Amino acid sequence: MSEIVKVEHLKKYFPVQKSFLEQLFARKMSYVKAVDDITFSVKRGEIFTLAGESGCGKTTTGRLIIRLLEPTVGEIYFNGADITKLKGEKLRLLRRKMQIIFQDPYASLNPRMKIVDAVGHPLEIHDLAKGKEKKEIVLEVLEKVGLTPPEQFTNLHPHQLSGGQRQRVALARSIIFNPEFIVADEPVSMIDVSLRTALIDLMLNLRKDLGLTYLFITHDLAVAKYISDRIAIMYLGKIVEMSNKESLFLNPMHPYTQALLSAIPIPNPERKRKRIELTGEVPSAINIPQGCRFHSRCPYKRDECSKKEPRITEVEKEHFVACHFIKS
Amino acid sequence: MSKVKIKQSILARLIPRLTSLTKKGPSGWMAILGIIILSALVIMTVIAPWIRPHDPIKTGVGPIRAPPSSQFPMGTNHLGQDMLSRILCGGSIMLQISTLSVLVCFLIGVPLGLFSSYVGGIFDRACSLVIDAIYAFPGLVIAIAIAAMLGPGVVNMALSIAVVYIPSYFRIVRSQVLSIKELTYVEAARASGAKWHTIVFRYIFPNVIPSIVVVATINFADAVLTAAGLTFIGLGVTKDVPDWGWDLTDGRALLSSGTWWVITFPGIMIILLALGFTLIEEGLSELLNPKLQR
Repeated sequence: MSEIVKVEHLKKYFPVQKSFLEQLFARKMSYVKAVDDITFSVKRGEIFTLAGESGCGKTTTGRLIIRLLEPTVGEIYFNGADITKLKGEKLRLLRRKMQIIFQDPYASLNPRMKIVDAVGHPLEIHDLAKGKEKKEIVLEVLEKVGLTPPEQFTNLHPHQLSGGQRQRVALARSIIFNPEFIVADEPVSMIDVSLRTALIDLMLNLRKDLGLTYLFITHDLAVAKYISDRIAIMYLGKIVEMSNKESLFLNPMHPYTQALLSAIPIPNPERKRKRIELTGEVPSAINIPQGCRFHSRCPYKRDECSKKEPRITEVEKEHFVACHFIKS
Repeated sequence: MSKVKIKQSILARLIPRLTSLTKKGPSGWMAILGIIILSALVIMTVIAPWIRPHDPIKTGVGPIRAPPSSQFPMGTNHLGQDMLSRILCGGSIMLQISTLSVLVCFLIGVPLGLFSSYVGGIFDRACSLVIDAIYAFPGLVIAIAIAAMLGPGVVNMALSIAVVYIPSYFRIVRSQVLSIKELTYVEAARASGAKWHTIVFRYIFPNVIPSIVVVATINFADAVLTAAGLTFIGLGVTKDVPDWGWDLTDGRALLSSGTWWVITFPGIMIILLALGFTLIEEGLSELLNPKLQR
């Protein structure tokens, strides 16, 4: 399988807003290190999941790849070509090949646009279709995302739809160009639980029919387990463990991954499992701890951890971990 | 589509909207009352040339300072002009000035606010600084200063009033855009390759319109009062045009001699006009603000 997206040493630091006086007297600018040197690649046709707590930088990573944010350092490759510095018309052409679905279906549709325009406007932006032609394409796409009969939806406004329907509309908008790659930023986390599976199955079907590749972003490991081929666990802007799904769930190596996995509820009251409870809060992304960034909460920490930052290494085949005490 | 058809479709859309206002409780009724007052005044001003009993600027049509009677229902002033005719015709200047000033405010304040907050950075800072400086002055004072500089006349009055109210448009639009441009539908538009003007005009502007409508109506009311104020201190239109503002000025001088009717009737008209706009604004702002909807 070839790589569709590759990210190398990607960093995104947001400068911290300061008042005028503080700017005068502060010696150093301080930054929120939202994404701090991550490297991974997504293979064509797979579903690659970024998982982690809120604030760990997974959403920022998605937006960096889709070029909604400018990376501070690092390179992003799409189909082998460096797209990090792409601008103007070339970037516009790239937009047709990679799309994004957002978390909040209530904020991702323009309340003043009818569904036919919300879904079809990208076609107008790129001068691909207008009027009747646009409507026909929109009808086709609405049918693909399961909004049937599509004629009933085209003239509605977003506020007339439910959350699940809106997310389907957002999905329809993202596939209107027949993209190759879609970043799905927590697409089901704000959807009613009863509708989640249906939406995820729809996304899986679309992958098959349209040959899509997803970068799936979620904080819900149960969803990640259901949908992914490979998973990367992020903590404070870094990937701490990355592997294919089976290996990660059967043999989690990083203490943080172990803690996360032990927190997934098991729908069976008979079975009990030991929960690893982490103490303390996630440190601030402005003041990241020295050494291993997880050491302040790690149950196995030793002296070494607060001094040297572990590098992510391939411990088993295709299984990467960033911890001092896990060696191949 | 022919013009008649367009008119019909506009009416067909407008009438159910107006009647549906009555179902929305007190704020709906307020808006309707405001619309009724305003349209009554506009219609009165438009048909005044045909219904007025006398020429409003002709002096000596009756006795000087005659109290209201069956012949002169609103009395006459110190020049023997018929007050009823002056009241009927006098709204035209007010309406012209307020409409023109709202238009100028809208055309300058809204694009400036949209552009400034969408672009951000130093341009935004500079615009905000200038606008805030204007905002810091008391409205009437700055209007007087500019009107004195430009001289009398309808257009000049409208311009000087416009300067006072551009900041309210700018600030409302700017704050709205700041929150809207962070919403994900704007990001989605960027992700699908929309250029900045497409984003501003198709995705941001339509969502700012409700707030602008509210500002525009209150701006109308304020413009009427400011125009009256400017005329009152002699910076308004020339005296050969009937105007409620002038009648106020004359009426004030005459009041000490017991001639109450010269100041009362134009005063009531100005209050009505401002009240009409204010009622519409109060009603609309509650109807258009989803957070206040019950």
